[in-house]
Amino acid sequence: MQLTLWTYEGPPHVGAMRIATSMRDVHYVLHAPQGDTYADLLFTMIERQDRRPPVTYTTFQARDLGGSTADLVKTAVAEAYERFKPKALLVGESCTAELIQDQSGSLACGMNLPIPVIPLELPSYSKKENWGAAETFYHVVRALLADQVPPPGTPRPARAEGRRPRANLLGPTVLGFRCRDDVQEIRRLLDLLGIDVNVIAPLGASPDDIRRLPEADFNIDLYPEVSRTTASWLQRNFGMPATRVIPMGVGATRDFIAEVAQLAGIDASALLASEQPGVAGFSSSLSRMPWYARSVDSTYLTGKRVFIFGDATHAIAAARIAREEMGFTVVGLGTYSREFARDVRDAAKLYDVEALISDDYLEVEQAIGAASPELVLGTQMERHIAKRLGVACAVISIPIHVQDVPARYSPVYGFEGANVIFDTWVHPLVMGLEEHLLQMFRDDFEFHDDAAASHLPAVARDARHAAAPDAVAPVEPVAASVATPEPVIAAAGEPTWSEDGERELKKIPFFVRGKAKRNTEAFAREHGLATITVETLYDAKAHYGR
Amino acid sequence: MSNLQDIPVVLSQRTGSDLPVLRERGQREVFCGLTGIVWLHRKLQDAFFLVVGSRTCAHLVQSAAGVMIFAEPRFGTAILTDRDLAGIADANDELDRVCMSLLERRPEIKALFLVGSCPSEVIKLDLARAAERLNERLLPQVRVLSYSGSGIETTFTQGEDNALKAFVPIMPQTDARQLLVVGCLPDVVEDQFRRQFEQLGIGPVNFFPGRRADDVPSIGPNTQLLLAQPFNGETVRTLTARGASVLAAPYPFGVEGTTAWLRAAARAWQTPDTQFDAVTAPLIRRARAALERYRPQLAGKRLFMLPDSQLEIPLARFLNREMGMALVEVGTPYLDRQMVSEELALLPPDVVLSEGQHLERQLDRVRAARPDLTVCGLGLANPLEAEGLTTKWSIELVFSPIHGYDQAADLAELFVRPLARRERLAV
Repeated sequence: MQLTLWTYEGPPHVGAMRIATSMRDVHYVLHAPQGDTYADLLFTMIERQDRRPPVTYTTFQARDLGGSTADLVKTAVAEAYERFKPKALLVGESCTAELIQDQSGSLACGMNLPIPVIPLELPSYSKKENWGAAETFYHVVRALLADQVPPPGTPRPARAEGRRPRANLLGPTVLGFRCRDDVQEIRRLLDLLGIDVNVIAPLGASPDDIRRLPEADFNIDLYPEVSRTTASWLQRNFGMPATRVIPMGVGATRDFIAEVAQLAGIDASALLASEQPGVAGFSSSLSRMPWYARSVDSTYLTGKRVFIFGDATHAIAAARIAREEMGFTVVGLGTYSREFARDVRDAAKLYDVEALISDDYLEVEQAIGAASPELVLGTQMERHIAKRLGVACAVISIPIHVQDVPARYSPVYGFEGANVIFDTWVHPLVMGLEEHLLQMFRDDFEFHDDAAASHLPAVARDARHAAAPDAVAPVEPVAASVATPEPVIAAAGEPTWSEDGERELKKIPFFVRGKAKRNTEAFAREHGLATITVETLYDAKAHYGR
Repeated sequence: MSNLQDIPVVLSQRTGSDLPVLRERGQREVFCGLTGIVWLHRKLQDAFFLVVGSRTCAHLVQSAAGVMIFAEPRFGTAILTDRDLAGIADANDELDRVCMSLLERRPEIKALFLVGSCPSEVIKLDLARAAERLNERLLPQVRVLSYSGSGIETTFTQGEDNALKAFVPIMPQTDARQLLVVGCLPDVVEDQFRRQFEQLGIGPVNFFPGRRADDVPSIGPNTQLLLAQPFNGETVRTLTARGASVLAAPYPFGVEGTTAWLRAAARAWQTPDTQFDAVTAPLIRRARAALERYRPQLAGKRLFMLPDSQLEIPLARFLNREMGMALVEVGTPYLDRQMVSEELALLPPDVVLSEGQHLERQLDRVRAARPDLTVCGLGLANPLEAEGLTTKWSIELVFSPIHGYDQAADLAELFVRPLARRERLAV
C-alpha cells in the first residue's frame, strides 16, 4: 500500500483513453464501475475537447458481481459497435474489473465483429498512465500491421529515385504537452528539409493510417513515453530506423536536423550552417531565441538557479536548454517516469546533481525547498509547490491544467518552440532591468519591500498607495506570495540577528533577501557564530558570492 | 436496438408521488461516492479522509477537486499494489502502517475516515474491522471511522450519506428535545439558518455534521430531523431507528422551499403564525425581489436535467414553480421516494422523471428535445455545447451555497449565466 496525496499520472486505462481519443474511427469499451467516467472530464475540460472521448463504460454495480458482469461487457461491445461503427475496437478493464477477471478482451474477440478487436491488458496495480498509453499505442499498431510484417531478414526496399523521403511522427496525443502545435512545427521543419510526413499517430490517425505506417522511410519518436515501444517494434519488424533526439531547444533542434538528414539521406548543411552557435543572430536564424539569450538585457538570467521536474523527455530537454541556452544553473533534475529513470540519471550527471526519481509529491516539494531555486520548471504539481514556496515557475510537462492548453500557437519543439520557451520561462521572473531599477530606487516609496514586479497584478501596490483615505480595503500584498520576506526570528540554538545586522538585511531587495538571510544564517552556523552582525552579513556575502 | 424506454407501470393518476418513472440501465456518467470527500473534508476541518483503493481513486478525487490543491490536503489514497493483492503484504498490516505514519505526520487530525472503494470492496478488505482495531490503539486522541464510497455501491452524493451514517453509532443518546438539521451545509448558510431558527423561537438546534468531526450531536426520541439534503436517506433511516422523527418538508431551495422547510420546524415548535410571518416576511420579500431579476430570463425556457447529484428533483421544482421553467426531463441517479415525497407532490403532472441512466439513449432524447438548458456533468458539458446546446455544470450546484432565502437568487443565477453568456457572445 502506498500513501498518495496527489498523483502525477492516472491509471493505465487513462493512458489507453488518451490513445483512443487521439485517434479517429476507434472506440474503446472499458469494463468499469460507475465513477470511472470521471476521466471524460480530463479531455473535455482540461483539453477543451468538443466531443466525448470515444469510450463506452460498462458501469457494473455490486449487485452484478454475482455473475452478470460478463454479459454487461457483451452488451456494451454490441451497442458500441452498432452506434459508433468504429473501424477498430479496443476492449479493456479498469482496476476493479481487473480483479473480477471477466476476460473482457476474449469475450469481445469471441463476438466475431467484422472489425479488428484489440484486447488490452493493462495491469492497474503496478503500472501507470504513460505506460498504459505506450502499451495501447503499441498494441493498436501491432494488431493493425500484423499481416504486413515481412519475414525476418527481409531487406528494406531502397527509396525510389526522385521520391522525397517520408517520415512518420509518432507519439503525439491529446492531454500531452503542446502536442497539437509541436506536430505542426516539426512538419514545417521537415518540409524545409524536403521530407514528407507520411502518418502522424496516434493524434488524428485512423486505423487505415496506421496500416500505412510502413510506407515511411523512418520514424520520428517525438514523445518516447508514448511512442518508444512502438518505434522499437517498427524498427525490429519493418527495419524502420527511428530518431533519438528530441527537438526541444535550439541546440537539440540542430541535432535533430542532423539526425533526420542522416536517416533521410539528405544534405541539411545549408540549413545547419545558418544555425551554428554564435552565428545564429537575429537576422539569419530561424529562431529569435539565440539572439534574445545573447542580448545584454538577458544578463540577469546568468546563473539563475533552476529546478526541473517532469516527464523524462521534457525534463531532460529542459535541462539542456536551461544551461546551454538560458545560462541558468541546474540545481535539480527529476522525473516521475520510472520507465525512463536511467535516461534522467545520465542527464543529471551532466549537471552534477542527483536525479530525483519519484512520484511522491511531498518528496518533490521537499527537494525543491532544499535546493532553493529561483525558478521551477515542472508540471501542474510543481506550479503549486512553487506558489507555496514563493518561487517563480513555468510548466514544461504533463500533468497540466487548463491554462497550459493555450489558444495561441505555442509549440515547445523546433525553432519556434525555442522562442516560446524563452518567453515562457522568462515571464515569471522579475525582469532584469526591473531588478536593476529596484536596486537603484529601493528607497523610493514605489519600490518598498512589498512592491510586486510590474508585470504582476498591481492590486497590492495600488491599494497601499491609493490617495483617497477611504479607498480599497487592505489587500494581502501580492509580493507576499511572490517572494516572502521572512520574519527575522531566531529559533533555539540558532544564530540571532543583531539589530544592526537586521537593519542591514532589510536594505537588501526583497527578492534576494530570503536567500541572503538563509546564506548568512548557514554561514553563521558553520562558523559557530551566535550573533549575526553587519560584518557577518558581508562575510557571508563574500563567502557565497552572488 | 431495443426500444428506448422501459416504463414499468403507467399509473392512471399522474400526480404527486405516483408520477411514472422511466427506469434505465446502462452507462452512467456520474461520479462515485468518493467525490463527496471534496466537500466533506472542507466541512470537517479536523478530519482526514483516506481512500483505500487504486490509483484510479486517487486520480478521481484529485480531478474532481480540480484546482483546489492545498499544501497537504486532508485527503489521500492508500493505493493498493500488486503486493497487497497477491497477499505478499498483509493488507491489514499495510493499512495500519499507512494510517500510523499518516497520523504521525499530521498530529492535528482528530478523526480519520477509512473510505472504501470498488477495489477494496471487491477484495473484501474489512475497513470497519480495521477502524475498530485502530481505535483500540488511537482513541481518545484520534477516532477512526469507516464508510464506503465505492462506485459499485454508491453514486456521487451517497458518499456523504455513508459518511454521516458512520457517525450514528457514536452519537450519544439524549432524551432532550432538539431540532437536528441533517446534511452538509456551507458554514455561511448554517449561520443564516441558526439566526432564523432563533428568531422563530426554535431550539436547541444542532447541525449534522458539525464543523468538526469530534463535534458529534446527540440523538434520541425527542430529536426532530429537518433534512437539508435529499441524498442522506440511509442516514435518516438510521437516525429514526434511534428514535428520531422526521419533519416532512420540501428542501430549502428557493422562497417556497425555504418557507415550507422553516414552517415544518415552526409548527413542531408551535411558533405562532404571526411570529412566523413577522420573521419570514422581510426575508421572503428580499429573496423575491432578488429572484425577480432572473425570472424573465428563465421563464418559459425548457430544462433537461441529467442525473447527477440527487438535487435534481428539488431544483426542478424550484425552477419550474418559482422561475417558470418548463421541465423536459428530470433525471435522478436513483429515486428515494421517502426522501422526496414532498417534492414530487409539487412537480407538474406531465413531468418526465427518469431514474438511473443509459447515457447514449438519454443523449438521444436531449438531442431530439433540443432543450434551452441542459444540466449535466463536466464530462458532457463541452461536447453538448459543441452541438449547440446550452449547458450548466451540475457539480457547481454541489459546491456552491444554494440553500435558503439569501442564496435563492444565487441559485437562479447559476442557471441564468450560461444562457446570458450565449446571448452575449458574438464569436
